[in-house]
Amino acid sequence: MDSTLGLLALSPPGWGGTLLIGLWASIQIAVGAFGLGLLIGLGGAYGKIYGGPVLRDCLGVYTTVVRALPELILILLLYFGLTDMVNKLMLALGYGRIQISGVVAGVLVLGVVQGAYATEILRGAILAVPPGQIEAARAMGMPAGKIARRITIPTMLGLALPGLSNLWLIATKDTALLAIVGFNELTLATRQAAGTTKAFFTFFIAAGVIYLAISLLSTWGFARLEAWARRGDPPRVAGAR
Amino acid sequence: MNLAAKSEAKAPQRSHEAIRVEGLHKSFGAHEVLKGVSLSAREGDVVTLIGGSGSGKSTLLRCVNFLETPSSGRIVIGGEEVRCRPDGTPADRRQIERIRQSLGMVFQSFNLWTHKTVLENLIEVPVHVLGLPKDEAVARARKLLARVGLAEKESAYPAFLSGGQQQRAAIARALCMEPRAMLFDEPTSALDPELVGEVLAVIRSLADEGRTMLLVTHEMKFAREVSDHVVYLYNGLIEEEGPPERLFGDPQSARLKQFLKSVS
Repeated sequence: MDSTLGLLALSPPGWGGTLLIGLWASIQIAVGAFGLGLLIGLGGAYGKIYGGPVLRDCLGVYTTVVRALPELILILLLYFGLTDMVNKLMLALGYGRIQISGVVAGVLVLGVVQGAYATEILRGAILAVPPGQIEAARAMGMPAGKIARRITIPTMLGLALPGLSNLWLIATKDTALLAIVGFNELTLATRQAAGTTKAFFTFFIAAGVIYLAISLLSTWGFARLEAWARRGDPPRVAGAR
Repeated sequence: MNLAAKSEAKAPQRSHEAIRVEGLHKSFGAHEVLKGVSLSAREGDVVTLIGGSGSGKSTLLRCVNFLETPSSGRIVIGGEEVRCRPDGTPADRRQIERIRQSLGMVFQSFNLWTHKTVLENLIEVPVHVLGLPKDEAVARARKLLARVGLAEKESAYPAFLSGGQQQRAAIARALCMEPRAMLFDEPTSALDPELVGEVLAVIRSLADEGRTMLLVTHEMKFAREVSDHVVYLYNGLIEEEGPPERLFGDPQSARLKQFLKSVS
């Protein structure tokens, strides 16, 4: 027991600090990717609903391709493909090679993946807003941007949050896939600690507990958020379906 | 005083006519719902549209504030014609928004914003679109809520109100913009019979204070009592129109006679 606690101690020779640094990197990427995904998703959803045929087709290709391919392949493709393309471009323009930071690359790659799913979640939620809500705003002379911001988005939030909460949990776990490109997030940190100390069980259990804690905390947070977003919902009658 | 008299003398028509509709056509695909309808409401007039289902009366009302885009025809609100593109949609976004702000619309299905309290529903557009200071908007909203008998309900969400209360709140929301005229689209059709009276009482009090109103309704007795002018629509055209006493008391056309018999 003592040796286990020693291994998990925050300062060396314990590896707890390394794990926490990895956790911090994971959370940064998850938050960044989820946020980027929401922005892409909101734009994508409005584009799919109100956009012209060309925009709709482009968005259709984006959501179809990204959702069809395994995320691991997308990450390898986008990470190595994008850095390669950027560097070729830089060389062609006469600049030197650049190093894209792991966090930025991770946020971009996972954000593009998240955006495809968010587009579909938000599109469904926007379409589920009763037309009368938007019509009342139009009839009172509200400009379109304000209708989106003050009526449509708040109303669809309650419908979108269960799906978005799934997406967030996937984002937290997909950060582990970035270990494959050598990004030092929680899973890679765990593997290093386990490999060095040979205490595989201890460290992978520890990492599992951390992921579980993130998940429980997120679920609680999203439940509160959803209760707030649904504050105007009609009271549920006991026994009603 | 001088100024008002001057502008009145300059444009006598403008200051008296609140709503004018000229030669309005509206088609949904191949189906022509309105086939050339003209009507006008002067300031203070209560003009009521009656007619069977599918006669086009709701579509006509919704064309007045461009919730539906007329296929052709002119809409003039307070002397200002809505400028349109060749395809019939409003050419000037600002103009149509301003005109909509001057027309308080009340829907059959209330359409209160479900994520806002009653008070928030009332002050939403005055504060966030018209730029009224919040305390001023709240004071105005509270006065209106008291008037429609909902002073106690200002922090309730719409889903927790009865249909009659929701519709009274929706009327207060429209009034809170201090509109030039009110548009009522079958305001009591979605209500349980016992809740109709409370909503009609509010509408009647508005008529009594001289509000300009365009009203689509199935409540014939009410229409007869509050209207200055009644328009009977049949199949996208005005079949007969006139003062309520004549239209209800001495209908001329066979279709109107038939219609009045069927709804009484």
